[in-house]
Amino acid sequence: MSTKPKIGFYWCASCGGCEESVVDLAEDILMVVGAVDIVFWPCAMDFKKKDVEAMADKSIVAMLINGAIRTSEQEEMAHLLRRKSQVLIAYGSCAHTGGIPSLANQFSREQIMKYVYEDAPTMVNDQKTRPQTHYKDDGRETELPELRNTVRSLDQVVDVDYYIPGCPPPPKLLKDAVVALLSGKLPPKGTVLAPDIAVCQQCKRNDTKPQDISLTEFKRPHQIIADPEKCLLAQGLVCLGPATRGGCDAVCINGNMPCTGCFGPTSRVTDHGAKILSYLASTAAGKEEKEITKTLAGVPDPVGTFYRYGLAKCLLRGKIHATGESNTR
Amino acid sequence: MSKRIGVYICHCGTNIAGMVDVKAVAEYAATLPGVVLGRDYKYMCSDPGQEWIKEDIKDQKLDRVVVAACSPLLHERTFRTAAARGGLNQYYVQMVNIREHDAWVHTDKASATEKAKDLIRAAVYRVALHKPLEKKEVPIKPGVLIVGAGIAGIHAALTLANAGKKVYLVEREPTIGGHMAKFDKTFPTLDCAACILTPKMTSVKNHPNITMWTYSDVTKVDGFVGNYKVTVRRNPRYVIENLCVGCSECINACVYKEGKFPDEFNLGLGKRKPVYLPFPQATPLVALIDPDTCIQLKTGKCKKTCIEACGDRKAIDFEQEAEIKEIEVGTIILATGFKIFDSKRIPYYGYGTYPGVYTALEVERLVNASGPTSGELVMRNGQKPKSVAIVHCVGSRDENTNKYCSRVCCMYSLKLAHLVKERTGAEVYNFYIDMRTPGKGFEEFYSKVAGEGVHMIRGKVADIYPESPGNGSARLVVQAEDTLLNMIRKVPVDMVVLGVGLEAQADANDVRRLFNISCSNDGWFLERHPKLAPVNTFTDGIFIAGCCQGPKDIPDTVAQAGAAAAEALALIDAGSIELEPNTAYIVDTECSGCKTCIPMCPYTAISRNDEKKIAVINEALCKGCGTCVAACPSGAIKQNLFEDEEIFEEINGVLAHV
Amino acid sequence: MSEPTTTFEPRIVAFFCNWCTYTAADLAGVSRMKYAPNIRVIRLMCSGRLDPQFVMTAFAKGADGVLIGGCHPGDCHYVEGNYKTLRRATLLKRMLADLGIVDGRFRLEWISASEGDKVKHVVNDMVEKLRALGPLNMPGKHKDWDKEMEELEEQLQAQEGEACHVH
Repeated sequence: MSTKPKIGFYWCASCGGCEESVVDLAEDILMVVGAVDIVFWPCAMDFKKKDVEAMADKSIVAMLINGAIRTSEQEEMAHLLRRKSQVLIAYGSCAHTGGIPSLANQFSREQIMKYVYEDAPTMVNDQKTRPQTHYKDDGRETELPELRNTVRSLDQVVDVDYYIPGCPPPPKLLKDAVVALLSGKLPPKGTVLAPDIAVCQQCKRNDTKPQDISLTEFKRPHQIIADPEKCLLAQGLVCLGPATRGGCDAVCINGNMPCTGCFGPTSRVTDHGAKILSYLASTAAGKEEKEITKTLAGVPDPVGTFYRYGLAKCLLRGKIHATGESNTR
Repeated sequence: MSKRIGVYICHCGTNIAGMVDVKAVAEYAATLPGVVLGRDYKYMCSDPGQEWIKEDIKDQKLDRVVVAACSPLLHERTFRTAAARGGLNQYYVQMVNIREHDAWVHTDKASATEKAKDLIRAAVYRVALHKPLEKKEVPIKPGVLIVGAGIAGIHAALTLANAGKKVYLVEREPTIGGHMAKFDKTFPTLDCAACILTPKMTSVKNHPNITMWTYSDVTKVDGFVGNYKVTVRRNPRYVIENLCVGCSECINACVYKEGKFPDEFNLGLGKRKPVYLPFPQATPLVALIDPDTCIQLKTGKCKKTCIEACGDRKAIDFEQEAEIKEIEVGTIILATGFKIFDSKRIPYYGYGTYPGVYTALEVERLVNASGPTSGELVMRNGQKPKSVAIVHCVGSRDENTNKYCSRVCCMYSLKLAHLVKERTGAEVYNFYIDMRTPGKGFEEFYSKVAGEGVHMIRGKVADIYPESPGNGSARLVVQAEDTLLNMIRKVPVDMVVLGVGLEAQADANDVRRLFNISCSNDGWFLERHPKLAPVNTFTDGIFIAGCCQGPKDIPDTVAQAGAAAAEALALIDAGSIELEPNTAYIVDTECSGCKTCIPMCPYTAISRNDEKKIAVINEALCKGCGTCVAACPSGAIKQNLFEDEEIFEEINGVLAHV
Repeated sequence: MSEPTTTFEPRIVAFFCNWCTYTAADLAGVSRMKYAPNIRVIRLMCSGRLDPQFVMTAFAKGADGVLIGGCHPGDCHYVEGNYKTLRRATLLKRMLADLGIVDGRFRLEWISASEGDKVKHVVNDMVEKLRALGPLNMPGKHKDWDKEMEELEEQLQAQEGEACHVH
């Protein structure tokens, strides 16, 4: 029997990018694989749910779950894996703050179902058939997980010990986390395992940023060819670097694209999108409502831009629908 | 860390207790987390009330205090001091406003009591997070800047200078004296304005503690109470001040043989040359040259007979440039005065259309012995009037122009009535709405003037028009409804004097921005409290005096000037002032150097440390507005006394269901 | 008399700046003006201190409306704080609308120290408008949204109980 610590990876409502980031460890993966025993990894290995159920509670040292929680199956697995693990780590933006899937919280479940199964241009469904959670046919019963009304971050479902942020997290963060786990030198429970300071600190273009930015216009990335040496915000692009936790070495900016906020806020900020709004509006020029509105029109989708990776963690948690179209059953 | 919070509910007599069930609230407060006692008392701000807090802190080992009473703007300091005397840091106190914001404005006892509970709960949640802050002490520099050298500025300057304080007196006109220097006689005693003013003007000039800068503007004000850095621009007279003796030889010798340009001091009624003295008693008695009309300054081609006449004194300097002076003072007094209402805004009074219509200030110059007509009341047409109408309330007490009463016009209109009658023997008609003569000797003055045969007509003038248009006759008809006789009167007169109201100076709004004070709705500088702090502003260290605060006569102006000087003296002699520690601070390790905060601060308190690549706040400059705190995208800036956590708890508190 | 009232009483959280709006509210009190008791005022030194997070928190914790009071543009005691408030509030209004918080729930008003009557009118007007809009009740809504997890949670707890017995 192996005495190496057991770890596992699981994916919920995710794109698979986080799984790839593990692979991106490249040579370091050998170090990881050599030091731990992976007992559950649906993406890459053939362990089944019943294998996990058979494990003793808390026998998995660390479970890294990525993806947001959207279905009853994901909820169930989250609860199961929580029972079986000592340390549960929310891996990646979706598990950390809801991720891009949580932008679905702008729509009610009914709106989504209706669009997908009836109104979508490529859908042919004259009978308006909808998927059911239970279906009996010919004596045989099938089940599908229920699509919940609200997309949730992992900690809105189970108790989470640590967070590794990013969409996806840079391999370096994973490596550092594994090292910390193995050495037993973990920070206080609830810590996000990335520096608690904004991206600007790591950004090579910080020195080129003027001290007095006052924008009369915001531009979207496709509208300009950004100067590769200068601060992107100064060029009018909506760069969320100042409001976003660092630890990524400003990789997007180095790729000449503005930061979109995937690491989430620093620990001192409660509602990431609201703080981003405050910061961005503070850089806008204008003293009259008309001027200001014109400038801010350059941000066409505030919810999508400010809560791109974290609508689940918005204090409102999503869009409120007019009565008649509730977020509940 | 469990807290020991004491909550005190004040009855304020029946002010609060009459609407809020104070006992129920005190009982409720005692059930809140961390609260060890909830008390109610008739007058918490009284000595026994404060003693109670002091004793409870010791006996009950309180580490936080919440006082629910009147507005913190009134008694926050009182209760903080009480707590401090009990040995508790004064910032461990939070006040709740259940009087001005609750008992006094609601009519349903149940709702008012619920509201009190909500607000107190919020304060209890908040105060648990308060930190032990210390007031910062800031020294007060002893110098004083006084802006405006009319009678208010002059009086304040002399008071302070006589007390041994250094005064900078800055005046934008080329002479001190303000409007008072233009008057002939002053009401009600008919003192000669120049006779009582010029000795004071001379004292100012000669006083060793006063630096008098005329023809100068304040261009920049930085700093805060006790430490103001002010930039003053001394505009070029093209005459060297300390060389000119005011002999007027240059004026006599000017290539212009006669005055040709409107004389500002005489409101355009007289003419002056490009080189001139504002008026014979101007202080300083130094000539100045108008660059818009002087041939030398405009074209460079003049015989410069003025320089020749000046001779060995060599006081004229066409190359003179503006001089920038920077001074450091601890306090500032604004005494920038007023302007008169522009009568052209009431076109049917005919000012500017009919030559026989004058403003009261113009008539002051006409009856003044050193005025354009040497004190003879001679009109533009060269004649003396045989009948004069004086119109009260021009621009004042009027929905269409200024709603307020300008306070001095009835008295000066009576004074002018007396002077006109005395000089010309003309029939004088005063058209008034009400006769406002409240001051000492004012009613008696009214009786005297009425007794001299001046006609008092109680009716607001509705129209002024030529008696026979096109006939060449210059007589005007003044039409008003006489409300005592109940008939429309149409009085033909030779001359109309408009009793113009007072208004804030045209650039009052720009000036007040420069000094960071406010204006009230009417445009006058805003006092901190209309009764209890009429010369203070909301900005510490800056005081206002005289008409810039609101229309008033000379006795009241002088009283306010003395009051402002006393306030400045109080600060200077105290030597230092304590500033509220509600400043913002940056946690170095949390700052990413994103520079978002730097342009947020209007006091330039935030700067960039290029070495550490972070932002740094100069605590001495921070005024505690918190704008940078809200802007900081990563929460690295916090505000003492208004931390995010404290406010979040307050929000939780007001909304938490009972 | 003891019948529970069915009129909905909106709860408004207000953030007033110390120098202008808070003082105006004091003036309304001193002048004994009467207005609806639905408002709870939180004092800030300047409306520029208003962090949009406060507004989100207020709504999330149960406010039906949030009112911000600051000095008129150009009159800010701290020179320009209210312009920053205006910029933030303009964008926040849009974002709140996109999140389904309808117009009227979040309101920005410029009230100077001498405008006690404006405080009264704004509060009364806002209460009326919110009454018509009905309760927002975010805590209630969140509780409702989370009901869908209850069944599964109860099931799992029961299973866990069994499992504990087994071990």
